[in-house]
Amino acid sequence: MSLFQIDFGNEDKPHKVVGIDLGTTNSLVAFMDLTAPKVIPGPDGNPIVPSVVSIPEHGEPIVGSAAMSRLISHPDRTIYSVKRLMGRGVADVQEELKLFPFHIAAGSESVIQLELGGKRFTPPGISAQVLRQLKKNAETYLGESVDHAVITVPAYFNDAQRQATKDAGRIAGLQVMRLVNEPTAAALAYGLDKRNNGIVAVYDLGGGTFDISILKLHDGIFEVLATNGDTHLGGDDFDNLLLRVALEDIASEWGVDLSGDQVAVQTLRRAVIDAKHQLSTLAATTIAFHYQGRAYRRELTRDVLEKLITPIVNKTLGPCRSCMADAGVTPEQIDEVVLVGGSTRIPLVRQAVRALFKAEPHTELNPDEVVAMGAAVQAGILSGHVHDKLLLDVTPLSLGIETMGGVVSKLIHRNSTIPATAAETFTTAVDGQRNVLIHVVQGEREMVRDCRSLARFDLKDIDPVPAGMAKIEVRFLIDANGILNVSAKDLRTGKEQTVEVKPSYGLSDEQVEAMILESFAKAEEDFNERQVREARVEADRILNAVDKAKGDDAYMELSDAERATVDNSIAELLLAYHGENHHLILDKMEALNKATMKLAELMMNTAVRGALKGTKIDA
Amino acid sequence: MFSGPPPSDYFAIFGIEKKLALDVEDLQRRFYDNSRAWHPDRHARAGAEQLAYAEEASATLNDAWRALRDPVTRAEYVLKAEGFNIGEQRGRDVPPELLEEVFALNMALEEAREGDAQAKDDVAASLAKFEGLLREIDAERDRIFQAYDANPNRETLAGLRALLNRRKYIQNLVRDARAALA
Repeated sequence: MSLFQIDFGNEDKPHKVVGIDLGTTNSLVAFMDLTAPKVIPGPDGNPIVPSVVSIPEHGEPIVGSAAMSRLISHPDRTIYSVKRLMGRGVADVQEELKLFPFHIAAGSESVIQLELGGKRFTPPGISAQVLRQLKKNAETYLGESVDHAVITVPAYFNDAQRQATKDAGRIAGLQVMRLVNEPTAAALAYGLDKRNNGIVAVYDLGGGTFDISILKLHDGIFEVLATNGDTHLGGDDFDNLLLRVALEDIASEWGVDLSGDQVAVQTLRRAVIDAKHQLSTLAATTIAFHYQGRAYRRELTRDVLEKLITPIVNKTLGPCRSCMADAGVTPEQIDEVVLVGGSTRIPLVRQAVRALFKAEPHTELNPDEVVAMGAAVQAGILSGHVHDKLLLDVTPLSLGIETMGGVVSKLIHRNSTIPATAAETFTTAVDGQRNVLIHVVQGEREMVRDCRSLARFDLKDIDPVPAGMAKIEVRFLIDANGILNVSAKDLRTGKEQTVEVKPSYGLSDEQVEAMILESFAKAEEDFNERQVREARVEADRILNAVDKAKGDDAYMELSDAERATVDNSIAELLLAYHGENHHLILDKMEALNKATMKLAELMMNTAVRGALKGTKIDA
Repeated sequence: MFSGPPPSDYFAIFGIEKKLALDVEDLQRRFYDNSRAWHPDRHARAGAEQLAYAEEASATLNDAWRALRDPVTRAEYVLKAEGFNIGEQRGRDVPPELLEEVFALNMALEEAREGDAQAKDDVAASLAKFEGLLREIDAERDRIFQAYDANPNRETLAGLRALLNRRKYIQNLVRDARAALA
């Protein structure tokens, strides 16, 4: 079977589906280019879009590198690492708040509300800005509109975090065809299935999350055996640690505590990150920090860095061991190890992985790009361009319901291949009871209070019958995205019951709809901008062609008046080019086309004459 | 392929007869083949109805693969389908013939917890004995599987359930002993 086939079946025309890595620190978009996944560069030529959003006083949000420089100039209007807040409640993020300059507004119990420059934003709303930028980059690069995407999430993300990611996609105007787990995506990108039918471990240490997944490969099937991780462990933790050390150092040297000064903190943060990066290749470097006319310089060696971060690196080893136990494999049985995420550039991390799995890890692909590339492969699978691969992923956490005394009754166990289902029959406790309240939780512990509340829902309009007579079957389905779907049926009447699931953390459907509506108003602006951009690309093409034609002998055959008309048309097109009206650009292009018609004909004739001559000589 | 609801029976969804003794490698091959056919990713561009079928069939297939690949969960699935109550009725009572052994193990575990190094050897000895018992039970289980497949009847299943309960009990002892030694 060929690797890629174009499907001319009667199914819908394939949409262009892109793959997006929505990371804590950086985000990327990639697409399936004929035979291989390819990352899409932004306007600056760099595919990496820092996951930083800044809200200026006037105008559109600023995203990416431009927003990053505003971290220092406008720290109160700029936000980074928002992925740490996705699908979480205020109570969950108290630790985060000590380390990150998030300004949380009141009324953030179920959805966190961030305050930036006097406006309120939700984490999915901020992430949507990053997604919108990636969508734009893809559209400019591919020259067509992009409305469908596969987005990656940490494998260890729970239901609420996945739902929040999907919401962000919707708000950005993307139909999220699939959420795919980051380590699994990396395995797809490496295409290790071609080499063997072995066992692969993917160690993914990103900016804010850690995942470990163990997969079994079998003729193009990527079957995840087990996954584990920590959604709050990553490169950010190294940065925060170094930052704290440097702040203490400065406090003792200068006698000033800068930890409350946002500008100073962000500048110093940049300096320690630079030092961390350098120590991946150098044995020693200097943390250099200039602030208000004072200079701080501190030598930092790799040895010292490693001593500092060892406890954090070691925190990844427990989940790795549990994952191997759950997958039923020993380190010796693991054939390949793949490293993903920027933090795996750190020599100490590589060393720890090598020692644990007793194998030399794969590092051929850029650890920053590999997840987006895998997402593009998955996009190819969904759009029908990739036929020989299939992912069978698992749910990272067990799903259960609350029973008497706050005990959890587990319905779907962690590491179950998804989609997965479970059914449970409920009845009423008192005569004539019309409602049954069901509480769904996610987690491995026995008591509800130790698990994560996922949703509550009411089974409504139950026929009033004596206690214990009602029989309502509730079906829980975890879909291929790892997201829970619930349906219910009255077994006595065979009637489908309505189930209104109220998520414990996250946006309601209405809130997402409202945010989409809001973005429609902006969409018109976006659309106009896109048309202008596309018109400019076309104008560039024509201007280049005319420029080249001017060097042709045929140009001299034109009359002076004809040449003047051409020059005039060029000038007018250039004027329109720098405006914002795409109609005008198109009109002026049309005019230039007309003005150069004769030139084109003359050139054509010359070319034909040349070609004929050529034929004669050859003959 | 996409007419009518997908099979809900775990054996039917693999296209095999109901048997307790199964060739797991053959089952795995069928799991992969059916996954290729049914996984929702293969039907992402199809209509809602076909996609729903694919999701349903795929979910049942995954549940079935999880249940049937392991002999114990496979036996439990058949027992449950045949109306046997499994799970709650599993007694916590010590099987009488094991009383002495269990007592010895619990003593050794207690002493080991208190830091008696000698006791660890006793735990290890106990562990070896119970692991041997598990192997015997598994051999007996395979014999019962063959017998049931040749002549399906409730008495055989009742015997199987009793055996599984005993196995579960010993399995827990083995787990505790291993944890104490780790």
